[in-house]
Amino acid sequence: MTQPVLKVTNIKKAYGAIQAVGGVSFEVRPGEIFGVIGPNGSGKTTLFNSMLGQITPDEGKIELNGQDVTTLGPLELNRRGVGRTFQTLQVFGKMTVRDNLIVAAQEHQGSMFSRMFAPSDSGLGAKADALIDQFHIRHVADKKAGELSYGQQKLVDIAMAFMSEPDLVLLDEPCAGVNPSLVGGISTLLKELNKTRKGSFVVIEHNMDFVMDLCHRIMVMVEGQVMAIGTPEEIRANKQVLDAYLGN
Amino acid sequence: MKKLNLLFALVVLAALIIVPGFLKNYGIHMFTTWLVFIIATMGLNLTVGYAGQKSLGHAAFFGIGAYTVAIFLKAGLSFWLGLPVAALFCFVVGLALGFPALRVQTIYLAFATLGFNTALWLVMRNEEWLTGGTFGINNIARPSLGGISFDGNLAYYYLVLGFTVVLALLLWGLLRSPWGKAFTALRDNAIRAESLGIDTRSYTLLSFAIGAVYAGVAGGLYASQVQFIDPALFTVGASIMMYLMVVVGGPGYFLGPVLGSAVGVVLPEWLRFAQAWYLFVFGAAVVVLMIWLPDGLLSIPDRIKARRQSREASAARAAAGQGVKA
Repeated sequence: MTQPVLKVTNIKKAYGAIQAVGGVSFEVRPGEIFGVIGPNGSGKTTLFNSMLGQITPDEGKIELNGQDVTTLGPLELNRRGVGRTFQTLQVFGKMTVRDNLIVAAQEHQGSMFSRMFAPSDSGLGAKADALIDQFHIRHVADKKAGELSYGQQKLVDIAMAFMSEPDLVLLDEPCAGVNPSLVGGISTLLKELNKTRKGSFVVIEHNMDFVMDLCHRIMVMVEGQVMAIGTPEEIRANKQVLDAYLGN
Repeated sequence: MKKLNLLFALVVLAALIIVPGFLKNYGIHMFTTWLVFIIATMGLNLTVGYAGQKSLGHAAFFGIGAYTVAIFLKAGLSFWLGLPVAALFCFVVGLALGFPALRVQTIYLAFATLGFNTALWLVMRNEEWLTGGTFGINNIARPSLGGISFDGNLAYYYLVLGFTVVLALLLWGLLRSPWGKAFTALRDNAIRAESLGIDTRSYTLLSFAIGAVYAGVAGGLYASQVQFIDPALFTVGASIMMYLMVVVGGPGYFLGPVLGSAVGVVLPEWLRFAQAWYLFVFGAAVVVLMIWLPDGLLSIPDRIKARRQSREASAARAAAGQGVKA
């Protein structure tokens, strides 16, 4: 059996008396798009932050490609092939779109010392251009990211997560605040990237149509626990999930 | 914009080469002081303007550089040995000062660096056996190199100009390299930067250390320029003045320190006609500048561009609105 890219085992995290995550386990397989859904306060963000090294869980284990990464911070996780996006926009507003993409991968090129003498684009110009074309943002490539519309910045933000060709990308509400007409575009892009780059994605999202259309498997969280894991069809048909979260 | 910057740099350089030849000693002294502060504030601009750290301790490094060179020269050692040692010493101390920045930010970091400056100043004032205490160190020699003496004011000015150009080119190269983008990423959004694999700890420390090296070299050059140093030159007030120069010129603009240092060094002298009021006029000018141009003098072209784009966008929206009505 193929080794999972991400294996989360019995993760627990409490804030004082509140058990935000109470023993969550799941696996993400190579090439899989794995969705995490649940109502507000269900522990999705705490789980996400644990997987991204932003917080250390009280208990449990997180493995990346078979290696224990439970206590590693965001920097080490990125170096080991984890990319991410944030719920709110996190582009570098004073840099051009192209430079945003270049800076997103430059630290993976050579050593820190060698980068002092490296060309301005770190040899990543062609790679950045390819992503710019794939994300249809060629017309704003030389504009400062801070001057773009929200939707355009969101695309830049997502593109940045893919520049270093990570094994695993964690997408935190990629559709938050995005115009409905762009949601379909983001879904198509992510499917395309999943196919061409063979990466695995974990997606937290409230937009059910988006999650059901994009993800191969979905995990439903309620009150810090896993309620169900299954394909979109299985989740849609799960009575417990329907009652607790999806409704009619 | 890039062409405009290059043109501005070339005009300034030409003026710096030609003008002092026509000046008397006092004018040459002012130009040399301007250059010294350009070097010091180039370093501070890296720390503050590019890497986004708050530092109110830059004068301490300026002082370390000045005292190191002065002590070396007093001990009969070469200026050309003292200056690199001063730079190295500042690098190490700058690296150490960067550590608080890994734990605290904004105003808290400013206070931590301010405390560092005060502590260093007390060492300069109290350790008489080393620094001469409040009497300072006088008769600091000027260097010579390969039979060329820099004893004369004009010759020393051109030596400082040479250092300024070389250090500016080195910094320009550094900022054009991936390091420059990493510093900017650290300033704009440290959490995002870290999530992209940028070692924010190392870049924070390096921004302090490299900035300190520039201050140290500037201090060393200043000691030989004025030939007398005492602790009063390296107070927290001097650090605040350097910070002001960076902010007035435009933090994060490569040529900001050139303009900022002119405002900090040359403008007060030009305002001497106001006699006892000259510092008041200077202070008022700075207040007005900060209100109208909070991003510094070099932000003027960007502001004009932003205003033009905003006008164009409004016109486009209005045209689209008319189209819909029609």
